[in-house]
Amino acid sequence: MAEDDGFEQRLRQARARQGMDPKPGLNGPLPASSWGVGFRAGVEVVSALVVGIVLGMLLDRWLGTWPWLFLLFFVFGSVAGVMNVFRLFNPRGGARKQG
Amino acid sequence: MAAETGTIDALSQFQLTPVLGPIGAAVGFSQSNAHMLLAAGLITALIMFGMSARAVVPGRLQSLAESSYEFVQGLVVGQVGEEGKRFFPFVFTLFMFVLFGNMLGLLPYAFTYTSHIAVTFGLAAIVFVLITVVALALHGRKFFGYFFPEGAPLWLAPIIIPVEIVSYLSRPVSLSIRLFANMVAGHVMLKVFATFIVLLGGLGAIGPLVAILPLSVNIALVGFEVLVAFLQAYVFAILTSIYLHDAVHLH
Repeated sequence: MAEDDGFEQRLRQARARQGMDPKPGLNGPLPASSWGVGFRAGVEVVSALVVGIVLGMLLDRWLGTWPWLFLLFFVFGSVAGVMNVFRLFNPRGGARKQG
Repeated sequence: MAAETGTIDALSQFQLTPVLGPIGAAVGFSQSNAHMLLAAGLITALIMFGMSARAVVPGRLQSLAESSYEFVQGLVVGQVGEEGKRFFPFVFTLFMFVLFGNMLGLLPYAFTYTSHIAVTFGLAAIVFVLITVVALALHGRKFFGYFFPEGAPLWLAPIIIPVEIVSYLSRPVSLSIRLFANMVAGHVMLKVFATFIVLLGGLGAIGPLVAILPLSVNIALVGFEVLVAFLQAYVFAILTSIYLHDAVHLH
């Protein structure tokens, strides 16, 4: 049985070296075609921007501070969009990878 | 009808028209609602008739019902963990409803209700309310710590907190836009190439030969759309599970 154990381990190493095993973590369990990833990233940025703009405009209408909160939340929306894309590749918390 | 006027009219397929005569018109019962009812009926029929035999060795319908059940269960338990089992009925309903909506829309004369952002945003809003309520119920006030990660310098709070709130609120928007945009794009492409077939086919003697090109594109597109229909339902379900995971475990 000793050779068995050694073989399994060497096989795993060889597969990892050749990149035959899908890398864990990247993108989670979602399909990882380049078009799919690009589309997902685009949707994340656009939706965060939309939420930021709408939130800014609503607050402006409520408080009568047009256009200052709109401009501020436009920036917040952009930052949130970039952060969404960042999270797409680095999900926060490690529990999901083990689970 | 588009080909008769010689123009490409790809968007009229998304128009809502009342069905069921004057009664439907009076209550605003459109073909979209009719397809939703049809999908709900088909899903119920699949599960009811599929599981009525209760055979140890499943037949075709039973194995379809069982494999869809096991697929979603594996997805939910894999993403949320053991405590995610109580959310299984919710995710299963959502997945089957979106899947049947996408698939039914590919049949001729059928309407794709998932191609309306009102529908997809409605579904995403339900998910959003659920994850927020679950997180609040399980963690109480600690939920608001979600918007300010531990260990970040305090002077960054005025930037981090609004950004995190916007990022959290963008979840239902991105969830709904993804499904809606995929379905609309696919159906517009099918319609455009289908119109090309008719327009090119009318070009005299050489027309039918040239029309083979868009026809072959459309055949490939239909296959691609079946893939997209399944994939988008899967993505909707798995993102719901990921958000539920965040709500249950709260990092």
